[in-house]
Amino acid sequence: MPGPANIVAMKKVVQQLRMEAGINRVKVSQAAADLQQFCLQNAQQDPLLTGMSSSNNPFRPQKVCSFL
Amino acid sequence: MCDQTFMAATFGPCDSCSKASPLMNIYIKSEAINYCSFCVEMMACQGLQKGETLATLKKESENLKKKLEEERGKLNDIELHQVAEKVEAVAALSLKTRRVLKGHGNKVLCVDWCKDKRRLVSSSQDGKVIVWDAFTLNKEHGVTLPCTWVMACAYAPSGCAVACGGLDNKCSVVPLSLDRNENLAAKKKSVAMHTNYVSGCSFTNSDMQLLTSSGDGTCALWDVESGQLLQSFHGHTADVLSLDLAPSETGNTFVSGGCDMKANVWDMRSGQNIQSFESHESDINCVKYYPSGDAFASASDDATCRFYDLRADREVAVYQKDSIIFGASSVDFSLSGRLLFTGYNDYTINVWDVLKGTRVSILLGHENRISRVRVSPDGTALCSASWDNSLRIEGTGPRGNPTHPAPQLHPPAHSGRSQSVPRADRIYSPSNKFLVFPWVFSQWEWLGKSSKGSALEPS
Repeated sequence: MPGPANIVAMKKVVQQLRMEAGINRVKVSQAAADLQQFCLQNAQQDPLLTGMSSSNNPFRPQKVCSFL
Repeated sequence: MCDQTFMAATFGPCDSCSKASPLMNIYIKSEAINYCSFCVEMMACQGLQKGETLATLKKESENLKKKLEEERGKLNDIELHQVAEKVEAVAALSLKTRRVLKGHGNKVLCVDWCKDKRRLVSSSQDGKVIVWDAFTLNKEHGVTLPCTWVMACAYAPSGCAVACGGLDNKCSVVPLSLDRNENLAAKKKSVAMHTNYVSGCSFTNSDMQLLTSSGDGTCALWDVESGQLLQSFHGHTADVLSLDLAPSETGNTFVSGGCDMKANVWDMRSGQNIQSFESHESDINCVKYYPSGDAFASASDDATCRFYDLRADREVAVYQKDSIIFGASSVDFSLSGRLLFTGYNDYTINVWDVLKGTRVSILLGHENRISRVRVSPDGTALCSASWDNSLRIEGTGPRGNPTHPAPQLHPPAHSGRSQSVPRADRIYSPSNKFLVFPWVFSQWEWLGKSSKGSALEPS
């Protein structure tokens, strides 16, 4: 790669890093509490987590084979 | 500075120096201009401050990286699993295999659910794309692409089309017609063009836009109707292997991961790389947003899955075990985000408690690498695609009864025939014209053990 391309690529990296360094962040304790709250609030609507009654289950085994 | 570039093979007078030369298509604030490569370099260098050299820039980059680490470290006041210490542990899961989809002639590489919670599209190494009805196991449509390794497929939000692509470096959209005899390949329309393989694709919230990730190191947003490039996303320094759109409420961002071991978060409108996360020690094979949109998970060849919070701007959990030594290929969350399903190259699917960081369950059944795991839109089932040429659907059962026995079934009306054939490879009726649905049997396990034969229509 010629010089200018290298320096341009480097400049881009620096600009990206400057941007990322300027981000506002929250503490992990805050972020973790929010993640946890979302989980717990939605837990009742999560069939893979809580299970569901067979009658609502679209993938339940069929009771009787009505073919043939 | 140009905010995006993309190569177009054109030749003519440069808009800047007006010499006839090969031109580069550049967009400055979405206005297209054609500059020769020399003028592009010149223009780019004008953005440099006086006295900036490669050495000073390198130094600044090092300093910034250090500062970034420090800032991220400062806010790391507690671990996620410590926060979740008092949360009740996940109850034993009641997952069991509900369907096995056989019909691909080679490794299944990708799968996507239709919004109707019932249909699936899958793509394979043999160049075939199949649309399934997951309830009945019928193959509703089949398309053959002129290439092997169809690594990406996606269902359109309307359910009226699918997108697929791979080693053809393209992503094509195929409208699904009701007429099953129609040749779908003839209606296939190339939308996206990359300079290397297409690794992932996803429709945005409408059928009109398609987002792709590619081995050429970029992601791109395309207009389906015209095939025009709407935005390209440059920032990865190696193949991009996966992308995932943010859940719709949280706006126009997506996350991508690839062979540069980085996961990048992008603004779809501006093309700007907003955040970047680099803590994996090998290729990132898959990325997936947490359902709230505030975080995402990644799966990597380093045998770990990681969890990154966007607001804390850092990794908040690692899902790993000493006994897991093979790469992780795919991740997906249950609806609430509490469970993380991860597919591995050791043929297993592990289920992790996202909050506590512990493994809750292992799902066995596949006989080769897992390539993709996808939770259905209503969260009732998990579909996994594998290099064993099959797809499996794990469904849920009644709560708190993890080992609940298979339902007691009435002997089917035609029991004479089906009961006399205890083996899965003989479930077809003798004429092969009819199929006996597998759920007439009370045990499901044989579906996995049988190497040939399935509950599919004879093709």
